[in-house]
Amino acid sequence: MFKFKKIFSLAFLYIILINYTIIVIYPIFLMIITAFKGNKEIFLSPYGLPQSWNFNNFVKIFKAQDYATYFRNSILIAVISIFLILVISSLASYVIAKYEFPLRNFLYIYFLAGLMIPIKLGTVNILQIMVKLHLFDNIVSLIIVYIAMGIPIGIFILTDFIREIPEELSNAARIDGCSEPRIFFNIIIPLLRPALAAVAIFNFVPIWNEFWFPLILIQSNSMWTVPLATAQLYGQYQTQYGLVFAILTVASLPVIVFYLILSKQFVKGLSAGALKG
Amino acid sequence: MIDVYLKKKKNKRYYILIFLLPAIIIYTSFMALPLFNSMIMSFFTGEGLIPNQFCGFENYIKLFTKIPYKERFFNAFWNNVKFFLMVLIIQDFVGLFVSILVTRKFWGNTFFRRITYLPTTLSVLVAGFLFCLILNPIWGLFDKILIGIGLESWVRPWLGDPATALPAISFVTGWQYLGIPILFFTAAIDGIDEEILEAAKIDGAGTWSIIKYIILPLITPVIGIITILTFAGNFTGFDIVYAMTGSMGAPGYVTDILGTLFYRAAFAPKIWGGWGIGMGATVATITFIIIFLGVMFFLFIFNVKE
Repeated sequence: MFKFKKIFSLAFLYIILINYTIIVIYPIFLMIITAFKGNKEIFLSPYGLPQSWNFNNFVKIFKAQDYATYFRNSILIAVISIFLILVISSLASYVIAKYEFPLRNFLYIYFLAGLMIPIKLGTVNILQIMVKLHLFDNIVSLIIVYIAMGIPIGIFILTDFIREIPEELSNAARIDGCSEPRIFFNIIIPLLRPALAAVAIFNFVPIWNEFWFPLILIQSNSMWTVPLATAQLYGQYQTQYGLVFAILTVASLPVIVFYLILSKQFVKGLSAGALKG
Repeated sequence: MIDVYLKKKKNKRYYILIFLLPAIIIYTSFMALPLFNSMIMSFFTGEGLIPNQFCGFENYIKLFTKIPYKERFFNAFWNNVKFFLMVLIIQDFVGLFVSILVTRKFWGNTFFRRITYLPTTLSVLVAGFLFCLILNPIWGLFDKILIGIGLESWVRPWLGDPATALPAISFVTGWQYLGIPILFFTAAIDGIDEEILEAAKIDGAGTWSIIKYIILPLITPVIGIITILTFAGNFTGFDIVYAMTGSMGAPGYVTDILGTLFYRAAFAPKIWGGWGIGMGATVATITFIIIFLGVMFFLFIFNVKE
């Protein structure tokens, strides 16, 4: 009787979770498979796998639109801003974690406040600043904003991590006559690698998907990011379902692949952050 | 010897500043100051990008008492409250339910755990457009499924019907962001000491009483964090409405929320609902105050210590 009950509840568990997984995955799966279908097939057999996988929709949008540019812009933005977030926040975190100086705690809290401050609400002034700096309609403006957005989380994770590095290591180097920058670059940075990876992973998805600032700060086609292109082209091709699904697939495949490859580190890093937060 | 030490120390001070400066400069000038300056801007009126006529609280008075401003503002505010509550219910109930299931030991639980986070990594825009297509009456996969299971009477233009547009948007947001509460809840449930659960089982506690008396009290602070994150996220939300029903919050402003109102007010031309930069800054400032008060309120309610 007991065993039967256990099997029954296990079956129940699987049924619920499989249903849940279908609800979670099927829309994404549908988006990808539909991108490989012809327009007729999309209406005649909307649910299942395509009869033959054809890349026509992708070829068409790549030919008609300058996707190379959109991807180049998005990749440039993500790589440069994440790199600079890592450099800038590890420098600051090192000092905050290891040195005594006036206003240290205030500064730490000042940076952490950025975790809760919705930067979007400052957009009016950001637009004015970017126009003044002649960076309006230039991806440099986005890079700057994303660095500012990434600094709080970077300092939050890295300061915590650096605090746990024993002081003896740096002191030994100091006795050997190592300068402070060399201690930082040759001793601290190599030890920081896992934390730096966590900060990079943390920032990649939001930066890659960010849509609000390109919408406001970017105009020319040559400066479009992938999300901005997705929004513009979705409107343009609205009735051509095959193309629209291809556009959505192209926009999301990089993050899906990124997540599937790194999901272990991703979930680990996020849960560690979750527990602390 | 002391000389050398002092010199080193002085050197150190100099490095402290150099190491801190880039972070302070960028963070201050592109995050802290813009927020502050936007608030200042809300006391100004005038045409163009930089309004230059000081007008005191006039923008605020307009926003709260004059048509069409007050209509749009209170409409967006209440829509946002509804949006938040619907998303929160999905996040807390479904999230907790799934979390309790996936934290049990069974074959494949890591797979289920990882899958739940996948939609969260998608761009909100993609999720919005995708569900637009699934819910649209022409291609209408969702309607076809309803017909398939005999619920023909339910079929409707989900995003065109004022009664279902906002719930549909809330559902998509809930669907996409379920990964976050599940991540937090599973981390919290995993953190519960095995021994406590074993002891409870030996004492004859059933699954329900374990959930009620052990899991729930221990994860109340986590529910608090989820509530705050959802609140701050939804009250600055924009992308999902932009993707699904447009920045005007169609149909008839039923899906207009503070984020879309702010966008139109500050950045759209007059015919598309633009109110000028000064009024836009006013909407942003009020939104900031709402978020601040809301977060304080939830911190108090859930007694979360940061």
